[in-house]
Amino acid sequence: MPNLRFTEKALSDWMLGNANDSDIAISSRVRVARNLQHIPFPLLATSEQSMEVLDRLSDMEKYDSLKSLGTFYMLPLDDIAPLDRKVLVEKHLISPSLANESEHGAVILSEDESISIMINEEDHLRIQCLYPGFQVREAWEKATVIDDIFEAHIDYAFDDTRGYLTSCPTNVGTGLRASVMMHLPALVMTQQINRILSAVSQVGLTVRGIYGEGSEAVGNIFQISNQITLGQTESEIIDNLHSVVLQIIEHEKNARERLLKESKLRMTDRVRRSYGILSYAEMLDSKEAAQRLSDVRLGMDLGIIEGTSTSVMNELNVMTQPGFLQKTFGEAMNTEERDVYRAKLIREKLSPQQH
Amino acid sequence: MLCQECGNKPATLHFTKIVSGEKTEFHICESCAREKGEMIPGVSGGFSIHSLLSGLIDFDTANKIKSGVGKDIQPLRCEDCGMTYSQFSKAGRFGCSSCYKYFNTRLDPLFKRVHGSTSHVGKVPIRGGAQIQVKRRLQDMKNELQLRIAQEEFEEAATLRDQIRELEKGSIEQ
Ligand SMILES: [Zn+2]
Ligand SMILES: [Zn+2]
Repeated sequence: MPNLRFTEKALSDWMLGNANDSDIAISSRVRVARNLQHIPFPLLATSEQSMEVLDRLSDMEKYDSLKSLGTFYMLPLDDIAPLDRKVLVEKHLISPSLANESEHGAVILSEDESISIMINEEDHLRIQCLYPGFQVREAWEKATVIDDIFEAHIDYAFDDTRGYLTSCPTNVGTGLRASVMMHLPALVMTQQINRILSAVSQVGLTVRGIYGEGSEAVGNIFQISNQITLGQTESEIIDNLHSVVLQIIEHEKNARERLLKESKLRMTDRVRRSYGILSYAEMLDSKEAAQRLSDVRLGMDLGIIEGTSTSVMNELNVMTQPGFLQKTFGEAMNTEERDVYRAKLIREKLSPQQH
Repeated sequence: MLCQECGNKPATLHFTKIVSGEKTEFHICESCAREKGEMIPGVSGGFSIHSLLSGLIDFDTANKIKSGVGKDIQPLRCEDCGMTYSQFSKAGRFGCSSCYKYFNTRLDPLFKRVHGSTSHVGKVPIRGGAQIQVKRRLQDMKNELQLRIAQEEFEEAATLRDQIRELEKGSIEQ
């Protein structure tokens, strides 16, 4: 059952790859929204129409050329248990709206989980490509190849003037949303973050917390993405995001250096305390866990802490989410139990002499 | 509550942004919002544009009605999916791709405000895209022609005009 495999491990294979600047830019993601001609968007489509969309987009024989990109698995959402859906959301492989609201929704996942093709989400088709570190260009190149594979068999809803037509007016034109997930603890500590985020929003980009739409930025992790999809070419959008992210990386690096130079003792103390708490605590709520993990990640990047790795940090970011905890410990938990299991899991992952 | 921009008109647009759990609220009057139209998403920084969207669409309709433009006119409706413009403004979502055609007259201001632009310049589907490419090239050439004329470069303008005619003949014959 491929289904199980995708929700068993916290860390997708794509996250294991080494990449430039992966200490600050954790991952890059590109999403392309497309719709079929002559069928209402999922918001208004009848059950039959949604079925038809699913049939046409999930015909893996037809999209044979996808094989050149790896092995793919087609998973109808109806066949996935609610808890597994939650885990797929926590791993960013599907959106909350595909998990909860979609009728005849499905996802086509590549074996290493770097490609996720959602069917009957807000739009008929959403192609998502994930890369570790700062590789937003690579992600777009892959997404456009997949787009072409579908387009060879499907008439997209496209208009000469408005471009690719999407359900939400914020996606029309290119249908492209590119984003980079960034860990910016030093900018937060030095209180430069708000100034930088507001500068970012002036140039047509937007900033969100790790779980998107309306959620808070947990553990100093921010997602920077393009806001404009109409009136710019795909490469302009990608280049704009690319250059802004580069600048933010530079600012974060400088802030880290300054913190090390001006308050090394304080920094070391803070990072080691957090490491100590994560290694010994009996209970941890999600907010504290995220903050302490952020400290330890920073300590690792700065060489203050050894004996753990970026991939353990990435793994813990996913594993400490409610769905994954429940999946790992196999029971319905109340908040207190969840805090106990979260602490236990982190302790085990961080302790090197674990048997 | 007064508008935080001009400080003398009542604020009618309200939005909240959340960054690192810190909430910031914005309160702006209609005329400041109109003046800073394209700025709104920028001002708002970390908050979701979706939440603002239906406000923008409504505000657009309200303006038209107030100025008398929208009076005695049948409500706009998409003939393919049946969605009305007012339903669209509430949902912030189109019902189908034809909605773009039926609501077309109202969309420019909205797109301008959200994207700062009203037309697509990016990727085009490979199949059936050839004509669009020609159209785009024609438009570019026509723009350049205007520029040449304005700069009194008549020789270049004449060459350009001939090229445009050739291209137009070709695309019509297709
Ligand atoms: Zn005002
Ligand atoms: Zn419609």
